[in-house]
Amino acid sequence: MAPVSPRTEGASRTRLKAARLSPRDVLHVGSAGLRSRPVRVVLSALGIAIGIATMIAVVGISASSQAQLMRQLDALGTNMLVAKPGEGMFSGQEVKLPKDAPGMVGRIDGVQEVGATGDLKQSVRRTEKIPKDETGGIAVKAATERLLDVLRGKVAAGTWLNAANGRYPSVVLGHVAAERLGVTEPGQQVWIGDRYFTVVGVLGPMPLAPEIERSALVGWAAAQQLLSFDGHPTAVYERSTDASVRQVQKLLAPTVDPRNPQNVDVSDPSAALQAKAATEGALSTLLLGLGGIALLVGGVGVANTMIISVLERRHEIGLRRSLGATRGQIRIQFVAESLMLSGLGGLAGVGLGAAATGVYASSGGLPWVVPLWAVGGGFGATLVIGTVAGLYPAVRAARLSPTLALHAA
Amino acid sequence: MSTVVRLSGVTKEYAGGVRALDGVDLTIGRGELLAIAGPSGSGKSTLLHIVGTLDRPSAGTVEIAGFDVASLTDRRLSALRSQHIGFVFQAFHLVPGVSARDNVAEGLLYSGLPRARRRALAADALARVGLADRMKHRPHELSGGQKQRVAIARAVVGEPALLLADEPTGALDSASGEAVMELLHDLNREGATIAVITHDTEIAAGLPRQVRIRDGRVVADTARGKVAA
Repeated sequence: MAPVSPRTEGASRTRLKAARLSPRDVLHVGSAGLRSRPVRVVLSALGIAIGIATMIAVVGISASSQAQLMRQLDALGTNMLVAKPGEGMFSGQEVKLPKDAPGMVGRIDGVQEVGATGDLKQSVRRTEKIPKDETGGIAVKAATERLLDVLRGKVAAGTWLNAANGRYPSVVLGHVAAERLGVTEPGQQVWIGDRYFTVVGVLGPMPLAPEIERSALVGWAAAQQLLSFDGHPTAVYERSTDASVRQVQKLLAPTVDPRNPQNVDVSDPSAALQAKAATEGALSTLLLGLGGIALLVGGVGVANTMIISVLERRHEIGLRRSLGATRGQIRIQFVAESLMLSGLGGLAGVGLGAAATGVYASSGGLPWVVPLWAVGGGFGATLVIGTVAGLYPAVRAARLSPTLALHAA
Repeated sequence: MSTVVRLSGVTKEYAGGVRALDGVDLTIGRGELLAIAGPSGSGKSTLLHIVGTLDRPSAGTVEIAGFDVASLTDRRLSALRSQHIGFVFQAFHLVPGVSARDNVAEGLLYSGLPRARRRALAADALARVGLADRMKHRPHELSGGQKQRVAIARAVVGEPALLLADEPTGALDSASGEAVMELLHDLNREGATIAVITHDTEIAAGLPRQVRIRDGRVVADTARGKVAA
């Protein structure tokens, strides 16, 4: 080291200017207090972590459920409409759709596929020994061949109705119907009307048409020949191009029944799924509020820790002032400490919340979605809380008289 | 001989009418080694604070390293401390859990020097006080005398115009205390201006100049041959 020499006269006339702390130095002085008291850091960051984790998990879990529903909607499409007979002008009046309704609907611009079902006044039973009234909630319906394509349904086992088996006493069961009847695989027989029908297929789940899941479906022609079906459809399902959905919706009722369009109810089964997806978000507001309160309590904890930290470190504050720290530099040291404290809590909270969402998603078979805005928002909130919580203790620290700070007991 | 400290008519009154300093005149020239001595309650701590610019006088003028303290903002006073004044305290005030070298480097934290330079200068300063082999030791691994030497290294690492030592031997046994005083003598021989504040008349007697304070007044100053009124 060069010998300690007094400054030259020239040097003492230079302008006095307080040097700035580099970001790294701010980090250094801000973290010094944290490093010396790790247990306290963990405990006070825990409050923030719990708050953030709650918020992230609430948002993440509902986003994951929503993503699952949207994924389902994507697979099923939102371009399917159903026309059903509505209520008649006079109550109790039975309304029927015209026999040629499916053919007419098929001619609307944009319609790609049409299928139909017709309700039969029959019940399906395992044997003729079971009383007729025990339907088990299973409807018997005539179905057109195109129905499965329109619904984008899948056959879980066996085959769908086709031109060959549709004319004979064969039946396809929805998966709920099959379960209730105790039919596990194609080839078994069930009793419909006055004879046994052979089960040729069992369908998979059909979220867009739950009524089909609970039905036994018979070919259109077989229904007319064997089960005295009158040929009037009770539901016409159509799928159009995405662009023409609104147009088709307007035309559907007048096309199905040009004379009495008011007798036709047109519905969009995907709307129900969309509504469900929307409510996934709404239900979580309360929990989000709870997370917010936890966060607030965490912030109070950080403020408390900082005030104690300032009281305990009066000597250090006095020393730093004697070493040439400005009030601003003392202030920034304690705000940085508070920011780091709550930032640590925020990071831990984001990790915990994302992990909780991951556990929930993987146990429920959902996609794992943690929205970036939630991560950013949660972390941003901790930084705001850290600043607010640290500001008052920092201002107190900066206002401490250096002489009192140095000589405090 | 140029002056480092010039106090004239400095009075300090605390709320409640306690007059800690009463019209103190004091001039310290460059390269001096002096004792500011007096019993407890004499006002020597207040004098230290005012000379160290940690406190402002109620009346009178204070000039440190050529700057009139009254005209400086808190920011510029802080800069004055970081560039021109080094402090050594009775209780050392080292940062716990941090190595000796980093403790010394802390003395340059507010100087604006880059970190690598601060650490290099800190190593030099530690070597200068005879602790080259204690760089990585933390305060609790050092003896009292070593701690005080680390604190002295921290105070002189920025080559201040003035070194203020407040009872530097107060917490040490006599052997360590003598070693610390020896170090201060060495630093002074190399050109440092040092004021030692002490109540210990023996220590004061060992220094070239003694300023005696009682009841807030300078009652004796060997430089001026002033005798108690």
